[in-house]
Amino acid sequence: MTSPDGQRVLTGTHFMIGDHAVAEGAMAAGLMFFAGYPITPSTECAERLSRRMPQVGAHFIQMEDELASMCAILGASWTGVRSMTATSGPGFSLMMENIGLGMITETPCVVVNVQRGGPSTGLPTLTAQADVMQVKYGSHGDYEPIAYAPATCQEAYDLTIKAFNSADYYRVPTFVMADEMVGHMTERVIIPDASQIPYVGRKRPVPGEKKLLYETDESLIPAMPFAGEGFRMHVTGLTHDERGYPATEAAPHERLIRRINEKILRHADQIIEVEGWNLEDADIAVVSFGSTARTARRAAAFAREEGIKAGLLRLITLWPFAAKHIQALDKRVKAFVVAEVNLGQMASQVERFTSKPVLRANRAGGEMMPAEPILDAIREASRAS
Amino acid sequence: MPVEIVVKSHPLDPLFRADRLPHIWCPGCGLGPIMACYAEAILDSGIPQDNHVIVSGIGCTARIPGYLNIDSYHTTHGRSVPFASAMAVCNTNLEVSVVSGDGDMFAIGGNHLLHAARRNVDINVICVNNFNYGMTGGQAGPTTPGGAWTSTSPYGCYETAFNVPWVVASLGAVFVARWTALHVRQLKDSMSRAMEKKGFTFIEVLAPCPVGFGRRNGLGEGLDEMRLYLEECVVDHDADLSKADIDLRQKEPIILGNFVDIERPPYTTVPEAFRG
Repeated sequence: MTSPDGQRVLTGTHFMIGDHAVAEGAMAAGLMFFAGYPITPSTECAERLSRRMPQVGAHFIQMEDELASMCAILGASWTGVRSMTATSGPGFSLMMENIGLGMITETPCVVVNVQRGGPSTGLPTLTAQADVMQVKYGSHGDYEPIAYAPATCQEAYDLTIKAFNSADYYRVPTFVMADEMVGHMTERVIIPDASQIPYVGRKRPVPGEKKLLYETDESLIPAMPFAGEGFRMHVTGLTHDERGYPATEAAPHERLIRRINEKILRHADQIIEVEGWNLEDADIAVVSFGSTARTARRAAAFAREEGIKAGLLRLITLWPFAAKHIQALDKRVKAFVVAEVNLGQMASQVERFTSKPVLRANRAGGEMMPAEPILDAIREASRAS
Repeated sequence: MPVEIVVKSHPLDPLFRADRLPHIWCPGCGLGPIMACYAEAILDSGIPQDNHVIVSGIGCTARIPGYLNIDSYHTTHGRSVPFASAMAVCNTNLEVSVVSGDGDMFAIGGNHLLHAARRNVDINVICVNNFNYGMTGGQAGPTTPGGAWTSTSPYGCYETAFNVPWVVASLGAVFVARWTALHVRQLKDSMSRAMEKKGFTFIEVLAPCPVGFGRRNGLGEGLDEMRLYLEECVVDHDADLSKADIDLRQKEPIILGNFVDIERPPYTTVPEAFRG
């Protein structure tokens, strides 16, 4: 794979929307194949890439639907290139089928979901954060995705690059779970020199050494051969053994499914990223992510002015879930407030790892969460504790 | 005195994963000879074996890649074409073929087929039509002929079946053919021609499915259906494809041939031309 070169990296200070920042992050990361289908509010990402990718000899293709888009990026990945798609709720639902194929065949790729209100067609042009459980549980079977949640346009750029590196390193479909607010807001994005773009590639088989397609070391991450190299691999969505051959029985299924989950969980500490703000002495920990984390911080600051010791735990990775961070806070804080533009999806996750009260600040979607309802929840949490 | 014939090797041995055989298909199934034709076409293609890639979706036919000793991808139901298309776009040194059943390609995968043919992506689709969903026990599908009995058409199939070559020819495929599992020489030559051509090629192969389809429809065993192909098929390369429907109730001839062989710029060359 060619490393990112200068043409790919628009070094400088820009004023751009989050969707474009995602596209430029992908360009900088070495994206070679994009397959997508127009859908609000992610379309600007595809539009930008349709112009940018041909400039560097990369392939942009507008597919017939999201089923095809997701499947195409898997096929592209097996030829050794970095591949991506971008979508929103209804398209994300269609992608679930081949996200599962990506999980069981351990195919690195990046899926961007600029979230909008659902279920179904819902709120095409307006924000939500209501797919955070779908990204974990939407396809059938057990799997462990890696999912990032950018809160700014700068982070949309940075986390897209990181998503490619995680996808390649862990050999797993990796998600950028933006929301319409971040996707459509315009902010400063600083793009560093090409030499400063972090790059982590795939583990590759040593020619002549590797015998089995899915043999692994203690990392549990198998090296990945590419089509046309002479490995003569068999890749199947069926449960398979270490050779890659179908093995549709209980024992190989147990072995495979435990490994593809454990390979992420074993590295959870390296993968999980959070940002803490004023948590050192906090009585109330606000947990939030994406665009909502911005108003959550404001709410925590207002609470401080009122004398309530509030802090913010911002989840940069949604999955694997930052359980250890919640457990650590559980020993120090009196209560949690989880602020999210859905009806409490991540709150239920926080509840799993604390015995302290977990209050919720929710919106079904359609607008950015104002600071006030979060502040109300902080006050209530403070009174109750 | 009978002479013992000892076969120690076969020219196609390098093309198969011996440790995956025997295959899972039923006695009388037409997939074996079709797979052998594909292996022969690879051998004769002049393209290194390591550059051949085969992609499939789900179904009996979709199990072919597992037996072939080349890079092989067994994907999701109906999605072989977009997976294969991406591989062909990303690495033009690969000779990418798709094998599918009729349900995989014309029901759940129908939309992808339309668009890959329209774009003229450089892949070869080999679609085995056995008139039913074999793997799930013989249900009706989009190519089930009118009146045929299946487990989900207990009163006879009342839907209109796709006229497969006519559909694909209308989309601009650069090569369209129909053969049967009996016509192995013609089928292999047709596959060789498809591998030579740049762009979207399509071969429909009629095949017996005695267990799923034949026994319910008075077609007998696999060999009996092969005999039907011998007696009822007519080779006409210049056939009017609008009349290439298959109706097993009538004693109408089944038209076979290499119907379309045209030139059209393949997908990967078009964007370059547009950008100048």
